[in-house]
Amino acid sequence: MEKEELGYETIQLGHGSGGLMTRDLLDKIIFKSFSNPYLDQKHDGSVININGRMAISTDSFVVSPIFFKGGNIGELAVNGTVNDVAMCGAIPKYLSLAFIVEEGLKVEDFITIVNSIKKAADESGVQIITGDTKVVERGKGDKIFINTTGFGEVNSHAKIASEHIKNGDKILLNGFVAQHGMAIMSQREGLEFESTIVSDTTNLNFLVNDLINKFGDKIHLFRDPTRGGVASVLSEISQDIKKGVLIYEDKIPLEKQVAAACEILGLDPLYVANEGVFMVIVDASIQNEVLLFMKNDPKGKNAAYIGEITQEHPGKVVMKSAIGGKRIVSPLIGEQLPRIC
Amino acid sequence: MKYLTEYRNLEATKNYLELIHKVATKTWKIMEICGGQTHGLVKNGILELLPESVQMIHGPGCPVCVTPLNLIDKAIELLENGVIVCSFGDMIRVPGSKKSLLEAKSNGGDLRILYSPIEAVKIAKNNPDKEVVFFAVGFETTAPANALSVLHAQKEGLKNYSILVSHVLVPPAMEAILDDKFCKINAFLGAGHVCAIMGYREYFPLAEKYKIPIIITGFEPLDLVQGIYMAVSQLEKGIYEVENQYSRVVKEEGNIAALKVINKVFEVGAREWRGIGEIPNSGYVLTHEFKSFDAEKKFGISHLKVPENPNCIAGAILKGIKKPHQCDQFGKKCTPSNPLGAPMVSSEGACAAYYHFSSNLMSE
Repeated sequence: MEKEELGYETIQLGHGSGGLMTRDLLDKIIFKSFSNPYLDQKHDGSVININGRMAISTDSFVVSPIFFKGGNIGELAVNGTVNDVAMCGAIPKYLSLAFIVEEGLKVEDFITIVNSIKKAADESGVQIITGDTKVVERGKGDKIFINTTGFGEVNSHAKIASEHIKNGDKILLNGFVAQHGMAIMSQREGLEFESTIVSDTTNLNFLVNDLINKFGDKIHLFRDPTRGGVASVLSEISQDIKKGVLIYEDKIPLEKQVAAACEILGLDPLYVANEGVFMVIVDASIQNEVLLFMKNDPKGKNAAYIGEITQEHPGKVVMKSAIGGKRIVSPLIGEQLPRIC
Repeated sequence: MKYLTEYRNLEATKNYLELIHKVATKTWKIMEICGGQTHGLVKNGILELLPESVQMIHGPGCPVCVTPLNLIDKAIELLENGVIVCSFGDMIRVPGSKKSLLEAKSNGGDLRILYSPIEAVKIAKNNPDKEVVFFAVGFETTAPANALSVLHAQKEGLKNYSILVSHVLVPPAMEAILDDKFCKINAFLGAGHVCAIMGYREYFPLAEKYKIPIIITGFEPLDLVQGIYMAVSQLEKGIYEVENQYSRVVKEEGNIAALKVINKVFEVGAREWRGIGEIPNSGYVLTHEFKSFDAEKKFGISHLKVPENPNCIAGAILKGIKKPHQCDQFGKKCTPSNPLGAPMVSSEGACAAYYHFSSNLMSE
């Protein structure tokens, strides 16, 4: 879709009115991009078939800036929800897609975002089956917000639940942490710094599904440490299951440039957001097999074992520092604030 | 990153830890001045690797923690009156007498979190119809950049830029601690970054007068254990000298160019310290030439005064008289999500550092 064919350069209030302008925007951009038998009915909702148990997850995306190194808000909105469905041990199938656009957004930006959504949806094998577009007055939003809800079929081999976690279970990550958060940070107003750090946003559903098919009920939990990072997710888990978590500082996969950026900004990479990272907690007997399996997949080539579930210090995450000391890793309170010096 | 990884070397760090265990024969209380050092000690789990006889006391060197309540209220007052207030990150969650800067922001204030005050000058230039104030807190470390922002604004002829100054100095604080009758400190780890700017000549008379070893120390695990080892060695030998562990960064005479900028814009004056009170000649104030950049004068807010929360023992914590977990409120009424006082807010603050990282909590 080229903006010239549309006859307008910015999104206007009328595009969310439900009238002809809305119809025009939908027909020329949305329906055209996402055409499928469900959406083509142009109904208020869609009727879908789901076999067996269904997993549902919803998420709203408000990232700023909307375009960042390695992606934009569109693919984030797809991958984020696809991954959340996948973490339930399900195969994501369908997605709802709702926009809240601030009046004045450039149409070409909107098209770029829609194209990214289309590409990300195709890559992860999901169809957009229903949606909504609202436009708010200038100043009442921040360019564009997106909400997506994902629906997936639970893999019949999956037995994913925190209650299956036991002492001695091993914790693995599929790749480098803190890439997404630092990519965003490097472009925030007032903080811009030169770097080639790119967001790690990607879909994880295929690797997750392969792991379930291969290892079945020996896999006890998947989680994707997005906002709040690895530290916050581990804290939540240890509190939920009332067991301890022990991780090793020198085993956390961290790319050099990201580590340097975190040092400069005074941020702890364990608390920085990820978009293409998942954590898997597995039975100790399959630790090496799972690690090898992940390393053979492009989305897990930097996979690492980072720690284990312990009987000691229930409800707390403890990290063994590189020099052999120990410290508590507590959940993030609010936003991570950079230190003065 | 090379400098960092080398100073996180496991073997070298272990060697120094072993040496400390060997030389320490008596109980020694060593205060690390700087909050960055406190952070490094707890983050790396060094405290539990030291012999029991070597006790680290966490000093007042957290700029967020010693910034008085009334200055936070002043910044909030400006924010609520339409001024663009720019601040370093950890300052914004510190509770003022009624609210924090972050809460004032959620009520509509234009608060910007910056890494450099020079950015604030840019914001002032881009918003000529708005007043822009940088919340200039910190020790000697942040003074050159803050002073430079004033020089930049002057050069650009900006009339809408000013700074809310709460600059404090390390040596007077050390003296105030040593003069306290409850003081039990045997040695100091001097603040490495402060000395990178100031040099360390001003510590010679202190070491001499109070007969106390002062080791200028860095922030990485190896720096910290080496600094502690140097302090313990002096104490065991009964000597008291100023030594420079952080020689890869700190020169005796300091950073001459940075000092020039500081001395042009600031002069030494009395400053109030949160939890400690007013200490004469303990901070920077703008010189007469730059008075027009003083936000307190510009907006007529100098008079604002507020009392501290009586349940917070920040003063005793900052002076090293009490440890955070010896406070009745610690971890109960006072937590990082609901801090009674500043040391619980900043990750450099002794209370927050204990709350987040310390293995003392494991037995809970």
